[in-house]
Amino acid sequence: MMSTCEGPKGPSAAGTRAKYIKIQRGDAVIILIRQLATVFLLLLVCAEAYPNVSTKDDLHAISQQLGSVKLRALPPVVAQLENSGEAALPLLEALLNGGLFTRKSDKRVLIGLRQGDGRYLFSDAITAEILPQVSKSQMKKIVINNRLRGQIRDIIAKVTLTSVETNIRTRAIKNMFNKMTGENILLLRQAREAETEVALITLIDLALAVYDLTNATAKQTRLESLDLMAVSLEPLVFNTLAALLALDPEGNPLETDPEVRAKAQKIYTSMEEEIRFYERLEQFFYGLSLGSVLLLIATGLAITFGVMGVINMAHGELIMIGAYTTYVVQLLMPNNLEYSILVAIPMAFLMSGFVGILIQCSVIRFLHGRPLETLLATFGISLILQQAVRSIFSPLNRQIISPSWLSGSLEINAVFSLTYNRLFILIFALLVFACLQLILKKTSLGLHVRAVSQNRGMAKAMGIRTEWVDAMTFGLGSGIAGIAGVALSQLTNVGPNLGQAYLIDSFMVVVFGGVGNLWGTLVGSFTLGVANKFLEPVTGAVLANIIVLVSIILFIQKRPRGLFPQKGRAAE
Amino acid sequence: MTNFANEHSSRRDLRANASVFMMLLFGITLYASACNLWVPEDSLFYVSTYTITLLGKYLCYALLALSVDVVWGYCGILSLGHGAFFALGGYTMGMYLMRQIGDRGVYGDPLLPDFMVFLNWQELPWFWYGFDHFWVAITATVLVPGTLAFIFGWLAFRSRVAGVYLSIMTQALTYALMLSFFRNEMGFGGNNGLTDFKEVLGFNLQSDAVRVALFLCSALMLGMAYCLSLFIMSSRYGRVIQAIRDAEDRTRFIGFDTDIYKVSLFVYSAILAAIAGALYVPQVGIINPGEFSPLNSIEVVVWVAVGGRGTLYGAIAGALLVNYVKTRFTAIFPDEWLFALGAMFIGVTLFLPQGLVGFFKGKEPLGVRLRNLVKVPR
Repeated sequence: MMSTCEGPKGPSAAGTRAKYIKIQRGDAVIILIRQLATVFLLLLVCAEAYPNVSTKDDLHAISQQLGSVKLRALPPVVAQLENSGEAALPLLEALLNGGLFTRKSDKRVLIGLRQGDGRYLFSDAITAEILPQVSKSQMKKIVINNRLRGQIRDIIAKVTLTSVETNIRTRAIKNMFNKMTGENILLLRQAREAETEVALITLIDLALAVYDLTNATAKQTRLESLDLMAVSLEPLVFNTLAALLALDPEGNPLETDPEVRAKAQKIYTSMEEEIRFYERLEQFFYGLSLGSVLLLIATGLAITFGVMGVINMAHGELIMIGAYTTYVVQLLMPNNLEYSILVAIPMAFLMSGFVGILIQCSVIRFLHGRPLETLLATFGISLILQQAVRSIFSPLNRQIISPSWLSGSLEINAVFSLTYNRLFILIFALLVFACLQLILKKTSLGLHVRAVSQNRGMAKAMGIRTEWVDAMTFGLGSGIAGIAGVALSQLTNVGPNLGQAYLIDSFMVVVFGGVGNLWGTLVGSFTLGVANKFLEPVTGAVLANIIVLVSIILFIQKRPRGLFPQKGRAAE
Repeated sequence: MTNFANEHSSRRDLRANASVFMMLLFGITLYASACNLWVPEDSLFYVSTYTITLLGKYLCYALLALSVDVVWGYCGILSLGHGAFFALGGYTMGMYLMRQIGDRGVYGDPLLPDFMVFLNWQELPWFWYGFDHFWVAITATVLVPGTLAFIFGWLAFRSRVAGVYLSIMTQALTYALMLSFFRNEMGFGGNNGLTDFKEVLGFNLQSDAVRVALFLCSALMLGMAYCLSLFIMSSRYGRVIQAIRDAEDRTRFIGFDTDIYKVSLFVYSAILAAIAGALYVPQVGIINPGEFSPLNSIEVVVWVAVGGRGTLYGAIAGALLVNYVKTRFTAIFPDEWLFALGAMFIGVTLFLPQGLVGFFKGKEPLGVRLRNLVKVPR
């Protein structure tokens, strides 16, 4: 056969073509057989690489046995499940929770999930195919006993520890933390051999160290494991150390070795300090987060109230409109929930800005220079807007689904983590603030706004259309309120009272920071936010709110124009 | 500041106004009381006890509106927190009524009110002592809100907090009070407030005679407050107050210590509001922290604005009218009341800056006044 096939002298296309032509001329049958053989071999290799192809059948066979054998014969059957790996997990978990059934008619094994109304929803244990028409009366529950439960838990632990998913492995290891038995430690040691992730290896080492500390007798081993534990902040370590340092009822220390005790004490103290430090840090972060919300709300107010001098009691309702815009946008694009918020931000800006301009042109314009009347009229507007939303959307709260890239948290260590949505809102608030500063300082609109706010008559004489500038300024402030609504919708429920709850706080921020001063608003909102969150653990949330309110009232007595009062011509 | 409808400032005019008002007030109240007590129930002229209680409630609101008008209409201090004084007065009366229940509560404790037993408190908090005496409660009704108003006013006016800032601060004050009264630890019944009252001064609160007596008391207090306020406002002191409203700096430069005038007026007004609250609670039978809510206080302002500020009787008329409309309106369209209230806020500020009194008392012919209404305000 080889003689018919002339090897190509060079890698030229012509040579290859010639070879094929030769082959076609040669014995086609033999080539066919060779190809078939290759395919067969390949299939074999595949079967080795993807054991699922065969385990599915295995699993099916085993599950059939589960349904047919007596309780006494179950352990060996269950033991076989270990070989099936992760594919057997749903089956095992269902068996453990008493949710595995066999159909009386054909011995088919099904998983039953108890629904909210007390009925069961059955699905195939292997294929997960849902069988809605099957009812519980046709089924027989597979009963297990405590010994089996232990066995099943072991198998689940083993299987999850070797899972390909890092998350599942992490959870499996953390589960082990709660039951440090000798067998589990053995499993962990095995898992450590196979583990490649550094973070997980550290975690396993930690668990082993804790085990050694409590169970080993050699002093050296125990001291070494204490060394290992010193770098961690896991609650497990903290609790172990606390247990080690505890006193028995007579007041003598439980731990007899003074050297171990001293070392443990040292680690425990430093850990306590570190945890306290991170708790402070977390409080600070929550304070910043509250501050960023206040900042978002108060920036809009700082424009309408601070720069224009208009008391807008409907500001809270403009925020609410922003939040409801987010909700509507989400309803309009149900297939792209992940990105609906990106659409919602400009939409909320436009929507609230539009309503704001409408308010300015229809009511506030006529009340110029009569602040108390403006206050009353805008309060009326706020009542109407609130009731309108109640009539359109119902008075109940609406649920807004946060996109997945905003949920979850950034875990710095075991005791300190930052939730992404709060982090994003913090950054977002600063961004909005920066944009606003740019608009006011660098654009012609900003120039006009500042001119009108400082001397209306003179600005008008210079040819600035003050009415138009007023409308634009008010629209800008209201639009920012709308954006604040989008941010708030990610943190709290969206309801008709959403804006009202924050209104007084944000007025306080503006007055505290100094009316007409955006930097004052920035400092004021973060100060109030952090002060509130640091007071909260001491006094409780409501009292903290009251204390902050009262101290602002007292502060205003001392400095009626706020932290950063306007100076020079801008001041009245 | 715009000129307020204050042309009728001569003493004789005032006296005439006062006597007309008093005759109207007492004529109607006495007639209604008589029709309730002595007219048989199936008669056409019978006035039900429900109506009597409702009217009594309106009169308390009118007194509250009067107190707001005294500071807002005559001194230009827009308080968005007068509901706080009203509610504080209500709480002092509520505490007395609560102690009157004695061992007839659900838990039958001779000393502790029900909610304290429920919260497992062992003894009466110190600030509840003495409230089993009526005169203590009455003194507290005057003293507690008066002191609060004095401290707040003294701090605010001395450091020249005025205008809108003051309004927002008064709102923050009532908001803070609402939050604290919602807490169970405060010892005022928390969320549920004080209720289940049985009797006042030994008389059963549910009986018709007591209802009518409370109604008459409210009318009497309103009349007295009206006359006293009218007297104050027409005195030299009142003229200084109005001067402060129109040009505070100038008044100060002439040599008046405006802070003292403002603080004293604010305290007087707070006491009126507190008395209104103390009369209100036995008639409606409950006081809870909801009375502190900023919305309540701001509603009072709209009564005054609708009626016309700076006239006293305008505020009273506004309170009666708006509340009557509210009762009717909420019965027919329960959900749309806020629309109507909001529209009232906007409409009155845009088209009726002097309120209804200003409209009816205007000097121009009626046609011109009507045309002015429709004209775009400037």
